[in-house]
Amino acid sequence: MIAKPSGKFLLLAPLLLFLGLAYAVPFLGVVRWSFTLPEPGIGQYKAVFSDPLVRSVFLRTLRICLIVTVASLLAAYAIAYVWVRGTRTQRMLAEFCILVPFWISVLTRAFGWLALLSNRGLINTWLQAAGIIGSPLALARNELGVIIGMTHFLIPFAVFPIASAMRSIDERVLLAARGMGASRSRIFWTVFVPLTYGGLIGAALIVFVFALGFFVTPAILGGGRSVMVAELVYLRIFQSPDWGLGAAISVILVLFIAALLALMRRFIKPAHLIG
Amino acid sequence: MPQHNRKVEIGQMDEARAAEITAEGIGKTFGAFRALKDLSLDIRRGEFLTLLGPSGSGKTTFLMILAGFVDPSEGRLMMNGKDITNIPAEDRSYGMVFQGYALFPHLTVEQNIAFPLKVRRRTPSDIKRRVGAMIERVGLGGHEKKLPAKLSGGQQQRVALARALVFGPSVLLLDEPFSALDKNLRAMMQEEVKRLHQETGTTFVFVTHDQSEALALSSRVAIFNHGELLQIGKPQDVYERPASRFVAEFLGEINLLPLEHVSRNGSGATGRFEDRAIIFDQTAEKIGHEAVAAIRPEHMHLTETPPAGCNAITCCVEGTTYLGALTKYHLKTKTGTQIAVSMPTAAMSSFHPQKDVWVSWPTREGFLLPAGK
Ligand SMILES: Nc1ncnc2c1ncn2[C@@H]1O[C@H](COP(=O)(O)OP(=O)(O)OP(=O)(O)O)[C@@H](O)[C@H]1O
Ligand SMILES: [Mg+2]
Repeated sequence: MIAKPSGKFLLLAPLLLFLGLAYAVPFLGVVRWSFTLPEPGIGQYKAVFSDPLVRSVFLRTLRICLIVTVASLLAAYAIAYVWVRGTRTQRMLAEFCILVPFWISVLTRAFGWLALLSNRGLINTWLQAAGIIGSPLALARNELGVIIGMTHFLIPFAVFPIASAMRSIDERVLLAARGMGASRSRIFWTVFVPLTYGGLIGAALIVFVFALGFFVTPAILGGGRSVMVAELVYLRIFQSPDWGLGAAISVILVLFIAALLALMRRFIKPAHLIG
Repeated sequence: MPQHNRKVEIGQMDEARAAEITAEGIGKTFGAFRALKDLSLDIRRGEFLTLLGPSGSGKTTFLMILAGFVDPSEGRLMMNGKDITNIPAEDRSYGMVFQGYALFPHLTVEQNIAFPLKVRRRTPSDIKRRVGAMIERVGLGGHEKKLPAKLSGGQQQRVALARALVFGPSVLLLDEPFSALDKNLRAMMQEEVKRLHQETGTTFVFVTHDQSEALALSSRVAIFNHGELLQIGKPQDVYERPASRFVAEFLGEINLLPLEHVSRNGSGATGRFEDRAIIFDQTAEKIGHEAVAAIRPEHMHLTETPPAGCNAITCCVEGTTYLGALTKYHLKTKTGTQIAVSMPTAAMSSFHPQKDVWVSWPTREGFLLPAGK
């Protein structure tokens, strides 16, 4: 039996109820704190934009997110290409690489990278043993470590929209270009890549938005030296009793992400994101 | 601008640049499936050759082999006397119009047509001039800046043609270019392709499974079935003198009468259908004792009394179909052979047969086909 429209809303009700209780209500509370703590007014918002520490955290966050987005897109493009256009074995291998990360938690992966990248991690130990470097390279507990860890986490999310765009390219269009005498690299750059712009934009927005709210990875791989916005909120609320400022930062972050998502909706259909 | 100048501008081929291609024993297997079997044919310089056949007969496969997108499993291809079997598509660079057009969706009309010229590193001014002339030629003026998705089917078709012809290819390959168009547009585009063929002088290889399209457009028609080339010849020849029953039936409606006691008689032949002698002015060299008389419906006439000087048989009318200008009569002979005859509706207004009628045809029109399937 097919449910009536009202019946279908009923099917969604548990999710709506959960979203309302777990997100909307607490968020309204956070909004209230941002205007009332420690005293009523918009003082906390002024502070966000004038406090040099907060400003530098925002700038760092934007910088890291941009770098992570570009790096994830490049890697995801290569993986998606193999996944969509490779031989059977290559496709299976690509699929495996895309899906495995989903089975391992963020925390595990961050510690995994720490084991590889830290001063006494595998990479530095090997390079030193091989005599290639004298003192350990600073790969973790800094911005580089954060970028590596976040990129690794976000690549699969970028693969889906890109692969979906690649899949919808008509093979005959590529054949037509070949038939007109175009070289493989010309076909790739002037036909194939432009036909995946939609997927690239979608992937970029997803990765960027996800990256903005990252907490665990920067906290572990940044070692407190490259604090990002989410960690700053945490520090303000749990370590210094500065709830108002923490709340104001959260509200600004949420509004910024909402704006980006609105932008994303204008560029791509939601179905493209899942692939 | 005078006509002859414009021709030069869109890359008109001098005869010598239009290619001639020879396929020698081409075969193609996909796994265990033989899609093409020992196919040999000549594509003459500057001709309009149509590959005609039912779905799955291997037309597209052969065209893809000609274009260089698919490698043949056997045989070789010669162009102007040189072996081109192993030359990849990008180096053959024939013009090609794909089924579904395959336009670049992200490029405007202008940019689509300019693509093959950019590949050839022509100067910007040269590209601009040729693209402009080509757009003019195919009647796309005013649509230069549009994306393909904003065009109608016929306009997209024109872009595909323009893009395939703009660089003056020595061969133009077209795979069922009109199958998505409605009847009127189809007729218009057929005229246009015919005109482009005459104006460019390029060798055209055209795939279709529409027999009337094939007959209307081609210098020659090659009929395919199950990966084999059954017959190749001028439209008149294949239509009027098909070599096999399949070709006869595929090219249009035809009435088939099983004959007995067939014997050659000078350049013609005689045979017996039911109790009537059937005469043929001409016949093929080899014909058995039993054969099938094949007569196109447009050569047959219906009368209430037996006409003189013709082949004639008696039938009863089983029904009629009104087709506007024509009325189609469904007839049956005494022994149950079905016959269809189309007569001008106007001429038959006083024809209301109550019982048997006579079906007749001139002795020069029928022909004999081997008996059996
Ligand atoms: N890549 C392929 N792999 C396996 N079989 C194929 C392949 N390409 C074509 N075939 C088969 O070869 C046969 C001929 O196909 P082809 O596309 O040449 O037919 P066609 O005459 O163009 O038919 P249509 O009029 O339907 O386009 C078909 O049976 C088809 O299934
Ligand atoms: Mg085909």
